[in-house]
Amino acid sequence: MADSPQRIDRPLSPHLQIYRPLFTMMMSIVHRITGVGLYFGMAILVWWLLAAATSPSAYATFAAVAGSPIGLLVLFGFTWALLHHALGGIRHFIWDFIHGFGPERVLLAKATLAGSVVLTVVVWIIGLALKG
Amino acid sequence: MSTPHSGPAPARTTMRTPLGRVRGLGAAKSGTEHFFTQRLTGAANLLLSIAFIIIVISVAGQSYAAARATLGHPLVAVIILLTLLSVTTHMRIGMQVVIEDYVHTEGLKVLLIVANTFFSIAVALAGAFAVLKISLGG
Repeated sequence: MADSPQRIDRPLSPHLQIYRPLFTMMMSIVHRITGVGLYFGMAILVWWLLAAATSPSAYATFAAVAGSPIGLLVLFGFTWALLHHALGGIRHFIWDFIHGFGPERVLLAKATLAGSVVLTVVVWIIGLALKG
Repeated sequence: MSTPHSGPAPARTTMRTPLGRVRGLGAAKSGTEHFFTQRLTGAANLLLSIAFIIIVISVAGQSYAAARATLGHPLVAVIILLTLLSVTTHMRIGMQVVIEDYVHTEGLKVLLIVANTFFSIAVALAGAFAVLKISLGG
């Protein structure tokens, strides 16, 4: 009301902390978190390309950081985030065509998680095998 | 409306102009572009990411000269340019949704959305410039 004497603290709509965590719900949150991670991870990609465009010493600096234990861990995490977000995106396409809302939704979520881990390991095994 | 002069004019049931009805957007002035673009770039990202992972694996561990030769190959350069275009479009929309979901202070929200646009375009342009410089020589 325009003439209300004071603002009433109305109840807010229920938010995340109200609900018992569910697997599909956590997967939805992880999809968003991986998206945000990939967003900032794109800076690493640009650093790589700019270093290659700049000079041998700039590229050596990038290679040293990327090849360090922390660098490799970040790149491994980036790979997993990319594959998790990609498989989550496929799940979104399935939903867009009005499938996957039944009991199979949990199976789809589990397949997304398992697939992201397996594919990440496979990509790194291939990469390390080819590069020694 | 197929026989416009055969009877009394149909009663107007809406205040919207014919052009407004065709556009179908309403007061928000925009509709499903973000939704559709996010699907379009998402599908492109699926294909481009596969190619991109192969490129990264092949360049990883290479010498500076070999890495530049790979990145400068026309096919590789075009794939990276397409990836930059599709990914930065996708990530800009995605981050805008996140900002709009969690930041409720109007000024800060607008500031972050502008910063999001700046960052996304900077990533796209810097990456594209680097690839073009390597590829075109110099």
